[in-house]
Amino acid sequence: MATAAAVADGRPARWRRSASSGSLTAGSSLGLGVAMIWFSLLVLIPLSAIVVKAAGGGWSTFEHVLASEQTRSALQLTVVSSLAVTALNMVMGTTIAWMLVRDRFRGMGLLDLLIDIPFAMPTIVVGLVLLSLYGPDSPIGVEIQNTRWAVLLAMAFVTLPFIVRTVQPVLEELDTDAEDAAASLGASRFTTFRRVILPALVPAIFAGAALSFARGISEYGSLLLISGNLPGRTEVVSVRLFSFLEGGNLAAAAAVATVMLVIALLAIVTLDVVQRRVARRV
Amino acid sequence: MSSPSTTVGTGSPVVKWVLRLVVVAYLFLLLVWPTWFLVKNTFANGMTGIQEALADPDVVHALQLTAQIAVASVVINTVFGVGISLLLVRQRFIGRRALSVLIDLPLSVSPVVVGLALVLVYNGQFGWFGPWLEAHGLQVVFAMPGMILATCFVILPLVVREVVPVLEELGEDQEQAARSLGANAWQTFWRITLPGIRWAVVYGVVLSLARALGEFGAVKVVAGNVGGETQVATVLVQQKYQGFEQDTAYSVSFMLVLAAVLCLVVVALLRPKEGKK
Repeated sequence: MATAAAVADGRPARWRRSASSGSLTAGSSLGLGVAMIWFSLLVLIPLSAIVVKAAGGGWSTFEHVLASEQTRSALQLTVVSSLAVTALNMVMGTTIAWMLVRDRFRGMGLLDLLIDIPFAMPTIVVGLVLLSLYGPDSPIGVEIQNTRWAVLLAMAFVTLPFIVRTVQPVLEELDTDAEDAAASLGASRFTTFRRVILPALVPAIFAGAALSFARGISEYGSLLLISGNLPGRTEVVSVRLFSFLEGGNLAAAAAVATVMLVIALLAIVTLDVVQRRVARRV
Repeated sequence: MSSPSTTVGTGSPVVKWVLRLVVVAYLFLLLVWPTWFLVKNTFANGMTGIQEALADPDVVHALQLTAQIAVASVVINTVFGVGISLLLVRQRFIGRRALSVLIDLPLSVSPVVVGLALVLVYNGQFGWFGPWLEAHGLQVVFAMPGMILATCFVILPLVVREVVPVLEELGEDQEQAARSLGANAWQTFWRITLPGIRWAVVYGVVLSLARALGEFGAVKVVAGNVGGETQVATVLVQQKYQGFEQDTAYSVSFMLVLAAVLCLVVVALLRPKEGKK
């Protein structure tokens, strides 16, 4: 979407001026109205309600919530784990995308399909599935249930597709001429990668990283069974939020949710800025 | 795309094999092996696991409820998604750019935050609109409408993200030609625009369906989670797993994953078709 929007802005002016789309017709005004009402009722008003609820208590609600050792450590664990997993994805995601585009071997199609599985698998099932290999009955003797490793593992699972899927199309479009030229001028393979290919991929890697980070921050279902949700140790912020909700402490829940929304918005803005840079450069 | 022989990029055979090994090992340990255990655990006693699960009325009800919610929200979201894509690409209005950014917002919002947001607005006792809606006979939170809203929220960008790039690519020439020949807006959409974007819509629908079937956190917050009434399949998996009915949990999980993977296979089979066109 952000890509699409950026592309839309960069497109030739003659399309923009085309007669039919200059002003809204009665039909499209009606459509826009209906769409905006639905979008507002579904997304905008409910999200504003969180901010209003959180702001209703003034700064003291935030101070009170953030003063809690448990909440702070949940926030810290979530942000640090998401960053770590995103860094891992930047390396592994780019490598996987590279293989999918440049390498040819049997079973490529299957590999390509596998990458999407974390996106489609129900999050609660992710936890259950990971537990069977890394839980108490682990057949390989790796038991990480109720540890911080479990948080990283579950996050790595659910965020796997993001960087692969943003880098892959860019890599497919990339012309190999420049690489051939660099190689013919005597550049080593590593130099070619570092100086020619990587710069072209960096925007896509960062765009995927923003998505991966945002997903990591907000993850809930997959962590529920495997992380053990130990307060101060393996409890992530979504789980903390859920317990505020269950306990009926809506003001605290809203304050935590606002902090999460701010972090998510920052990620989106970063994503959009990076995407726009890409559009301008191309 | 380039043939492997001409690219420097694949590197030396050693590098190539090391990369292959690393990627395959990573995916195997993270994805394939754990998922294989789900299949193994489900069919540990042949088909009896699935049969016993399906004999439990709560399981059947949860699966039906999940299917109903998924279908309802995918239908709503498809109409909205196609409509909003057309507006975003073909029209110019104030706030268009902001809207296109906001559409992506649900991808970055925690499911629990989605649930909380909907509860604050639609709860029957203290929500902004909830009491009024309930006075007019519509219970949202702890009932079907709330679960559909939560699912719609989560899958909101999926159709738009697929359709917008295709609409951009398509351009407006054919639509203008149709209009100049006297077609009205509806005819233009039905005969020209829709055939052009139909595969994008199909991908969007299939992806949304996969996602809707598996939604957990957001639905859990807004649903009552009463077994046999307002409990969806994913919440049932959690309850059964923690209630030491792990066989049932595995069986239901397997069915959900099977449905999701089938969705992905459909998308994978459709994609190359469009590429060739």
